[in-house]
Amino acid sequence: MISLAGRDILHSWPKFVLTGMGLGLLIGVTLSMAGVYRGMVDDAEALLTNSGADLWVVQKDTQGPYAESSSIKDDIVHGIEGMPGVALAANVTYLNMQVQRGSDEARAMVVGIEPGKPGSPAHLVAGRPLTRSHYEAVADVKTGFSLGDRIRIRRHEYDVVGLTQRMVSSGGDPMVFIPLKDAQEAQFLKDNDAIVNDRARTAANPAFNRPGVPGLLDAAISSQTSSHSVNAVLVQVREGFSPEQVAEPIRRWKHLEAYDRAGMEDILVAKLIATSAKQIGMFLVILALVSAAIVAFIIYTMTMGKIREIAVLKLIGTSNATIASMILQQAMGLGLIGFFVGKLSATLWAPVFPKYVLLLQSDALRGLAVVMLICALASTLAIRVAIKVDPAEAIGG
Amino acid sequence: MDRPVKLSSSLKRRLLLGGLTVLLFGLFFFVMLRSGPLAPIKVTVGQAKEGSLAPELFGIGTVEARRNWMIGPTVAGRVLSVKVDVGDVVVAGQLLAEMDPVDLDQRMASLDAAIERAKSAQSATAAQQADAVARRELAASNMRRNLDLADKNFISSGALESFAQAKASADAALDSARANAAGSVQDLNRAKADRAALAQQRANVRLVAPSGGVVSARDAEPGSTVVAGQSVLRVIDPASLWVKLRVDQGRSGGLAQGLKARIVLRSQPQITHAATVARVELLGDSVTEERIAQLSFDKAARGISIGEMAEATIQLPSTDKSLIIPAASIQRQGASTGVWRMELGKPVFALVKVGTASLDGQIQVLDGLKLGDEIVVYSQKPLSTGARVQVVDSIVKSAGSSGVAQ
Repeated sequence: MISLAGRDILHSWPKFVLTGMGLGLLIGVTLSMAGVYRGMVDDAEALLTNSGADLWVVQKDTQGPYAESSSIKDDIVHGIEGMPGVALAANVTYLNMQVQRGSDEARAMVVGIEPGKPGSPAHLVAGRPLTRSHYEAVADVKTGFSLGDRIRIRRHEYDVVGLTQRMVSSGGDPMVFIPLKDAQEAQFLKDNDAIVNDRARTAANPAFNRPGVPGLLDAAISSQTSSHSVNAVLVQVREGFSPEQVAEPIRRWKHLEAYDRAGMEDILVAKLIATSAKQIGMFLVILALVSAAIVAFIIYTMTMGKIREIAVLKLIGTSNATIASMILQQAMGLGLIGFFVGKLSATLWAPVFPKYVLLLQSDALRGLAVVMLICALASTLAIRVAIKVDPAEAIGG
Repeated sequence: MDRPVKLSSSLKRRLLLGGLTVLLFGLFFFVMLRSGPLAPIKVTVGQAKEGSLAPELFGIGTVEARRNWMIGPTVAGRVLSVKVDVGDVVVAGQLLAEMDPVDLDQRMASLDAAIERAKSAQSATAAQQADAVARRELAASNMRRNLDLADKNFISSGALESFAQAKASADAALDSARANAAGSVQDLNRAKADRAALAQQRANVRLVAPSGGVVSARDAEPGSTVVAGQSVLRVIDPASLWVKLRVDQGRSGGLAQGLKARIVLRSQPQITHAATVARVELLGDSVTEERIAQLSFDKAARGISIGEMAEATIQLPSTDKSLIIPAASIQRQGASTGVWRMELGKPVFALVKVGTASLDGQIQVLDGLKLGDEIVVYSQKPLSTGARVQVVDSIVKSAGSSGVAQ
């Protein structure tokens, strides 16, 4: 038996292919939107995974270091290293800022790390890890920096010695890793004018500038310019201990807050990016609805366009089931072409997005199922019209 | 149109549509396998080579003067005058500033008068002594004469006793006069010593340069009051400039006196100064976790300022020949250190023991690898055992221009 659907498609194939392509681009946009949402969540996950930590120790009563600011002294790490179940502990600082290279600048999260300890980039794509204790940087490729560039962070210039990939903050900003001491200085040291003003203020204070006590003023001033704070301590737990087991004594005896991976994920995903994720999610829902409506209209108008031919078919005695299956097959075919074109285009343009777009296979499969379902549903509308058509229209028209 | 043409046109359409479908599917699967989660992970590989490393230590420091002097009074007082200013070159013994002597000059005058008075007193006692000597001689000759007369019984023994008493009195008077004279000498000496002491104090208010150098700070102006120990001027010896270097404790192994170093000053980043580790301090900084060493310039550097920041690279002796790999290939999994070794085109995690690292990103492998083993240096994503990888020359396009050995 000849395929009615196939014959019909052959009859007006450019129209069919072009409709399928158009539908495909629409599906591609929808898939990309889903990818944007997944990318946001994955940015947060990547931040946690790349830090290589099992526990985040932060200032008491804060949800730092990513969602809130947290400041603890940098010698606390030694106390934590001595706690039971701690394998490795490392100081880390985070600072969102504009990093300058010559006249242009890039938005980045500057991370102060102790090389070789948790928090440092696990794999590079070029260059080498930090080896000097000052004035070197490892940057994410998304910053646009390349090896040998000199970048400026506050008052110092850093050599880019290594490049890494997919090291981002929860907001998707690429990271720039610099040695901890430099980062502490960048984060907590005031600018020169403020330092000079503070010195003058201290000198004017009779409590610090007593005539009978030479040296007191110098001591008071030097104590003001020290920067021995960090944002968090990243802890790796020894084998055989659960993160909670290690976190509990830190909370109780060190008077600090400690989050495990699940707690941190909760803060990042459920609190930090919740609103923007919902925003994208809302848009995704609307886009999916609009796509469904457009598919339904396209199939409906396609059927309406050949209502006369259907009437002829009826007139020559074609059964309703044959006509219905023709419309259904065409709708499914359209959906299939649309899906493949959509998935293809989404995969092709995803890397061009400024922020990370994560296209999951499961999302694609779900998308395929939804597209086919929508096509099937939409075709029922057209089938109803086609079945109701009066064969007399073929001649009456 | 006749029938055969119709047929062939339908066939053409079918072929075209079939071709389009195949193209779409082909493109689809090609793209799926090249990008996205199913794509192989791009890696670059390198080989474990044999060689020796020239490890180096890196630290930052500030330029300081090895010899500097804080010049100020030893007692509290007011600054009378300051003769030099910052930047002036001074020679040893030059008057730099003067403290207000307050009443020292008047006390000198008083002591001068006291000395004169002591001298007068000395003359008086000398005269008294001469008088006593004369009196004693008269008494002695009287005694001798009357002793002869008494022997011949011309005078009574009572009269002789009176002469004997006069002689004894004259002797005593002479002793007294001599003691007075000696006392007046002591008085004079004391007054002179007092004056010398005051003269020392008077000289002490003059602040002189203890050594040649350059004035580096002028801390007090005439009229201001300073306490003992507070400085009025600071002088440094510009020939003694060195760099006080701070090296991270964790990377300070091998730091020793006499090692060669290169110094780059912040104001002259294009010039490298040769230097030598002059001293490694026994006391480290426990707060900043740094060790402190002093580097002296091999040749006196020109145009540098005290307090200027400097970066220094200290050369350590080269290591023995051993396996060397790029440090970027080292991965840490929990507490263990290893590398991804390529075995039949698949990465396998191999535990290694690493030794010294050099500043240019090479690291010694002590155990765990063989010469010529292929290892993953850079990877696009974290690897796992047996992951699908695609070996490329470089992951980032511009990476080829880097000076990092692969």
